[in-house]
Amino acid sequence: MTKRGNELFLQVYGVAVALLVAMAAGSVLILIFGQSPANVYGVLLSKTWGNAHGIGQTLFKSTPLIFTGLSVALAFRAGLFNIGCEGQLLVGSFACALVGSALPMSTPALLAVPLAIAVAGLAGGALGAIPGALRAYTGSHEVINTIMLNFIASAAVLWAGNRFFFVEETTHTAEIVSTAELPSLGISGSALNGSFFLAFACAGLFWVLMDRSRRGFELRAVGLSPLAAENAGIDVRRSIVVAMTLSGAIAGIVGANFVLGYKHYFEEGLGRGMGFMGIAVALLGRNNPIGIIFAALLFGTLSNGGLEVNAFVPKELIEVLQAVIILAVAITSATTQRALAKGGAS
Amino acid sequence: MLVGLGRGGQQRCTADVCIGLVFDVGGLGDKSFNDAAHRGLLRAKEELGIGFRYVEPGDGSDRESALRQLALEGNQLVIGVGFIFSDDIRNLAEEFPDTKFACIDYSATPGAEVPSNLSGLRFREHEGSFLVGALAALKSESKSVGFVGGMDIPLIHKFEAGYEAGVKHVCPECEVLSTYAGTKPEAFSDPIAGKELSLAQYNRGADVIFHAAGKTGTGVFNAAKSKGKWAIGVDSDQFDDMPCCILTSMVKKVDIAVFETVRDLVQGTFEGGVREFGLAEQGVDYVFDDNNRDRIPSEIRARVEAIRQGVIDGTIKVPSK
Repeated sequence: MTKRGNELFLQVYGVAVALLVAMAAGSVLILIFGQSPANVYGVLLSKTWGNAHGIGQTLFKSTPLIFTGLSVALAFRAGLFNIGCEGQLLVGSFACALVGSALPMSTPALLAVPLAIAVAGLAGGALGAIPGALRAYTGSHEVINTIMLNFIASAAVLWAGNRFFFVEETTHTAEIVSTAELPSLGISGSALNGSFFLAFACAGLFWVLMDRSRRGFELRAVGLSPLAAENAGIDVRRSIVVAMTLSGAIAGIVGANFVLGYKHYFEEGLGRGMGFMGIAVALLGRNNPIGIIFAALLFGTLSNGGLEVNAFVPKELIEVLQAVIILAVAITSATTQRALAKGGAS
Repeated sequence: MLVGLGRGGQQRCTADVCIGLVFDVGGLGDKSFNDAAHRGLLRAKEELGIGFRYVEPGDGSDRESALRQLALEGNQLVIGVGFIFSDDIRNLAEEFPDTKFACIDYSATPGAEVPSNLSGLRFREHEGSFLVGALAALKSESKSVGFVGGMDIPLIHKFEAGYEAGVKHVCPECEVLSTYAGTKPEAFSDPIAGKELSLAQYNRGADVIFHAAGKTGTGVFNAAKSKGKWAIGVDSDQFDDMPCCILTSMVKKVDIAVFETVRDLVQGTFEGGVREFGLAEQGVDYVFDDNNRDRIPSEIRARVEAIRQGVIDGTIKVPSK
């Protein structure tokens, strides 16, 4: 087996072991609740992938996770840990909804849709740039700063919404103009919409940027060793700001899924938790765009399936299952890395 | 875990009338709002023989998905617990005209018409608050009482307005100290802020505090305990949370609203539109039972009951803001 093939095999093997461990742990919990694991897993699969509506809803739930997974992975490849997706997607969605509702009715879709998406990306990117610049120029750690900015973002959005933008007696903004809406894909009443393709486009761009461009090489070099990168003549500070800005922008575009493609307004609570879940998706997907798509589909399946099996087991069980998968992946990831390092040495 | 055991294993509905219910974030086991809705369904199951199933949504987009799923499954009635469902339910009611919908604390975009297959259930919390306001003022020896709200939003202002009017109704010279825990949803789950705010009010002379602040109220009860003063609970009977110090609780009978909606459906008298539950409908009330009988002297009880009658008759007007 070639080294590359061997590496891929070990990665897939590690994830497969993690999933099996998680399923076994889940089975024990299901048994404690007096249900049959085969039945619960069966319902989970048949209701998510067994009919058109289920497939549509599952892909819809996976879409934001592809974005946030890519966002975390991009920063991670540059050696940065972006825990601020939660806030970035919040300001992205909010800005997207405000611009979408402020546009004149006659704005053509060809202008309205890209504009609204660009605003979402810009807002998320701006929020990502702050911890990037702080890290690059003051050395203060991006983990602390992104976490803190999450609080600031949620408080600021809620305050501005309540004070100026929310429709009276509700916690949502006015509707966006109809030409800014991303069309529903019309899969038997599911919420799946055009932003699903946007997520794939983002994954493609991610690959071109990170693996096929000079800028991506620089980012990765900074991630591997900032000192070596600096010696090689790479502007490390600029690279850090660029990475955090791009990471924030991808997270901001989650707004396209919720605002442009689904609710057509921003609502308090939309997308909550998707940013943190993105960390798990990036981890499970090994920071690789194809891996991230599969990881997002897995978590999307669990999250949509969780609603379906809620008839048999409480929702906390699915949350535990997700956490066990993440733990198992983290453990197998460490052992796989060690095996790979050993293989490389021999 | 043992508590959890009883919750697992709801079965697929095989009854003649099937009902789906989506809980507010927080889900089953909140000892308040969601649990009250669940009690309403359990009673309907026992007395009316209906079948039901529920979904506990996670993040925001799950709410609409869950409602839609329950409608697609063919449930005759789909209920959303919480004002946040209002606009989603209204849209779905138009999309599924053959399914009936109900929403607790319905509060949709103003001017939006209520479809004929949607029952928006609202409570006149200000009427219940009016009664506990009068009760607090009559009980107070310092002529000063307090109010601690959770998030600073119109829904909670209703509690405050009714309470303050109730105080002034029986005691115009009484002072009402009023504060809110914050402007974010977390203001409903911040017992530390609740304790600080109410300690400040007790220190300024208040000897009864009414809270409308969700879990933040736990802090109010702690402050009442450490100061040896009274506190008034909200939504459900909170006596057990702090038996030393709970004067009464202003209860919002979500279970009755749910049960009556289901009964109307079963009897074929379901009607769309906004339906209000106040003192007259026994949708709001205050607790008076064996636990707190000795804390509310009979002359105070008689006075408050007279006020209740006045509100029901319409001779006493209660402001809602």
